[in-house]
Amino acid sequence: MDSPLKQHLIDPEICIRCYTCEMTCPLGAIEHDDNNVVVDAGKCNFCMDCIPVCPTGSIDEWRVVATPYSLEEQFRWEELPEQGEVTVSETAGAAPSGKAADDPIAALLAEAHRGAGGKARAPASASKPTVNLYNLGNPIEAVVQGNYRLTAEGSGVDVRHIILDFQGKPFPVLEGQSIGIIAPGADANGKPHLPRLYSVSSPRDGERPGYHNVSLTIKRDDHGLCSNYACDLQKGDKVKVTGPFGATFLLPNDPDARLLMVCTGTGSAPMRAFTMARQRTVGKKSGGMVMFFGARTPDSLPYFGPLNKVASSLLQKHLVFSRMPSQGKEYVQDRMRTEEDVVAEMLQDSNTHIYICGVKAMEDGVERAFTNIAESIGHQWRNLRDGMRDEGRYHVETY
Amino acid sequence: MVDLINVSYDTQIPNNVGLSQDRRVLKALEKWHPGYLNWWGKLIPQNFQDNMVYLRTAVSVDPKGWAKFGYVKMPDYRWGVLLAPQVEDRRIPFGEHAGQPAWQEVPGEYRNMLKRLIVIQGDTEPGSVEQQRFLGLTAPSLYDMRNLFQVNVEEGRHLWAMVYLLHKYFGKDGREEADDLLRRQSGSQEAPRMLGAFNEETPDWLSFFMFTYFTDRDGKMQLESLAQSGFDPLSRTCRFMLTEEAHHMFVGETGVGRVVQRTCDAMAAAGLSDPSEIGKVRDLGVIDLPTIQKKLNLHYSLSLDLFGQEVSTNAANAFNAGIKGRYMENRIDDDHRLTHATYKVRNIVGGQIAEEEVPALTAINMRLRDDYIRDAAGGVGRWNKIIEKSGIPFQLELPHEAFHRQIGVFSAIKASPAGDILSEAQWSANRDAWLPSKADGDYIQSLMVPCYEPGQYASWIAPPKVGIDGKPGEFEYVQIHHA
Repeated sequence: MDSPLKQHLIDPEICIRCYTCEMTCPLGAIEHDDNNVVVDAGKCNFCMDCIPVCPTGSIDEWRVVATPYSLEEQFRWEELPEQGEVTVSETAGAAPSGKAADDPIAALLAEAHRGAGGKARAPASASKPTVNLYNLGNPIEAVVQGNYRLTAEGSGVDVRHIILDFQGKPFPVLEGQSIGIIAPGADANGKPHLPRLYSVSSPRDGERPGYHNVSLTIKRDDHGLCSNYACDLQKGDKVKVTGPFGATFLLPNDPDARLLMVCTGTGSAPMRAFTMARQRTVGKKSGGMVMFFGARTPDSLPYFGPLNKVASSLLQKHLVFSRMPSQGKEYVQDRMRTEEDVVAEMLQDSNTHIYICGVKAMEDGVERAFTNIAESIGHQWRNLRDGMRDEGRYHVETY
Repeated sequence: MVDLINVSYDTQIPNNVGLSQDRRVLKALEKWHPGYLNWWGKLIPQNFQDNMVYLRTAVSVDPKGWAKFGYVKMPDYRWGVLLAPQVEDRRIPFGEHAGQPAWQEVPGEYRNMLKRLIVIQGDTEPGSVEQQRFLGLTAPSLYDMRNLFQVNVEEGRHLWAMVYLLHKYFGKDGREEADDLLRRQSGSQEAPRMLGAFNEETPDWLSFFMFTYFTDRDGKMQLESLAQSGFDPLSRTCRFMLTEEAHHMFVGETGVGRVVQRTCDAMAAAGLSDPSEIGKVRDLGVIDLPTIQKKLNLHYSLSLDLFGQEVSTNAANAFNAGIKGRYMENRIDDDHRLTHATYKVRNIVGGQIAEEEVPALTAINMRLRDDYIRDAAGGVGRWNKIIEKSGIPFQLELPHEAFHRQIGVFSAIKASPAGDILSEAQWSANRDAWLPSKADGDYIQSLMVPCYEPGQYASWIAPPKVGIDGKPGEFEYVQIHHA
């Protein structure tokens, strides 16, 4: 079997050859010659003991490869090779040995991204994502660290914040990526259930910084096999997970990038991840983020409480409700029109990245709002959008 | 049950040695503690003591817990006593007792030898903090300021590590020695630090980078050979210190590398390719490559002196006793006793520098120095790659071991960086071509203006390639504006 392997590597341009990693590795998987310090892919078991002891950060490098780089190759390197084609190939059948089960996932994501109106591209400054590290034939087992209800009991909506821990095994996920949850049991044909995709709502370094645990934001669908399974998970339960998936709906690393986020319901998951990632990186500097977030009522809006605590200098929030008893219905597109100046100014800034995530039904309204606002500043929305998308600055994920 | 992995905070002194159950040592350390805080408080300029600094602190000694990052005010840094976990059934790895169980208590016959080694090591730790005390005022960036302070607090912790050993295992003598570690001062006339290199000034940031690269690397080699010790508590202490020491190597190597990078970039932008056009290069506000070479010559030669006499019976005794081993002793494939082995050392024979075979036991210092030279050469090669990429015809080089020495056989002569023996007159005529002159120092000093805006760097140094703890370029490593 030659399914792609995630290989641990050291960046020779950053490494200072202090050999602390080599002395720390419990398996003797790290060695050096006069040129480089290298990791033996045949011995490394991803225990991660070497990561915190490295003073330079050169050791936290990973490449998904069909054939691991040999020690001899690594000894000769003057710089780290770029990630090859293996990871970014999201399309079905790109890897000859790709599991059939990955194909429906690629199709699902393509469908979710259709609202962008063309081939989606990742932001220029986004980190390289790892995808398809675990699949149906080779899932990773996660342990549930917590399951918290985010919406009020009487709100009629049950949205859960579920935290998964991968027990120190590698699961490198970026904000905006999705992971698959496999419900136990088998379908009517006796085959195991296919994974259901959920967008992660935690930043890359973990729900808790440095812990590399992952949170999901899952809404219970009364008839949904997987969402019921997930929403009923208890602390300590073990869950089979695939992924990560998705290589375009990603956060730009450029600190000057501005984000315009439009979401409804659990579409807030990636927005939460983006916001927390920025919160952790920019410190007190302005985050340059604006969010339009729609729900029926405050008590059915996921993360209503915590969101209100995020400083406006980091994130300008527009929480919009469509079922407030004493008010008329207001949807995200309505508020975008009210805040036309804010949106228009961002549309004209080449640092702006737009993210839309939520139910498919929101697409039309949001699209119309953008069209109107673009016209008001003398632009044709379609051209503006296509240009932004080609530059990796326009992203849609709807379901 | 004493938790030997996680740091316990049940006393004022964070530790993983069960201090709360060791009343005698706890009491002694608590008595020493105020003096330490006082020393620290007087040392670092007050405004920096109030700043929040993004530092790493160990919460346990296993790899998962020893690097936790967060904002801390330096006086609140959790200095403590941290020993690497005990290895079960550890044996004395070398010397005449090789193969016997490692000592958990001080062996009486080696008590003085051990104490002296610990005191010498302990004396260097506060010494370097004293040398670097004013550098924060001229930090070329908040990133560099943070790295300086990280080095400082860890040197402070290393002092704690040595003081613990003195208090725990050496009774009254040990307590007196520990007090003296706070009494001596770098550069002081009455009570200087024990080793020469720790009484030199660190007047500017290039010196700081050279110091962390060359002088702290001596510390790394010394710690590594003490980590081999048959006295297990010393071995465990030094093993944990080594993980911290790696950060200091990093600050030095990348610091010098970034200075070189900036000079090359500025020369390229100005269309200069001749490194010897010092005036023109200096007009660009960067440090010319020949001056960087001079700084290297100075710090490298001072650091070689730290290894002591080439042929030394003290070193032989310490090895034979199983107290201080060789660099990476556990990876050396020989009998670890060296009773009949020989080693080649360079000496002055008939007015010439020549190689001699001497008993390997007496050449332990020399062997460590050779390992050091090999280790130090690696980074110089990487700096040269930066220069090579820019197409400037220049190479940094380690000078000959006989150059500018105060200790050992070569202190009796004058030699050029190439290793040619010179007369006093020849030396005096060339000194300023090989070592930083007053004018060089003045020029570098003129560049030492602070740059305290997040993400900004002084004119003479390039930004780092990666941030600390994966932080982005604009990260505010020291919250200097909020104090």
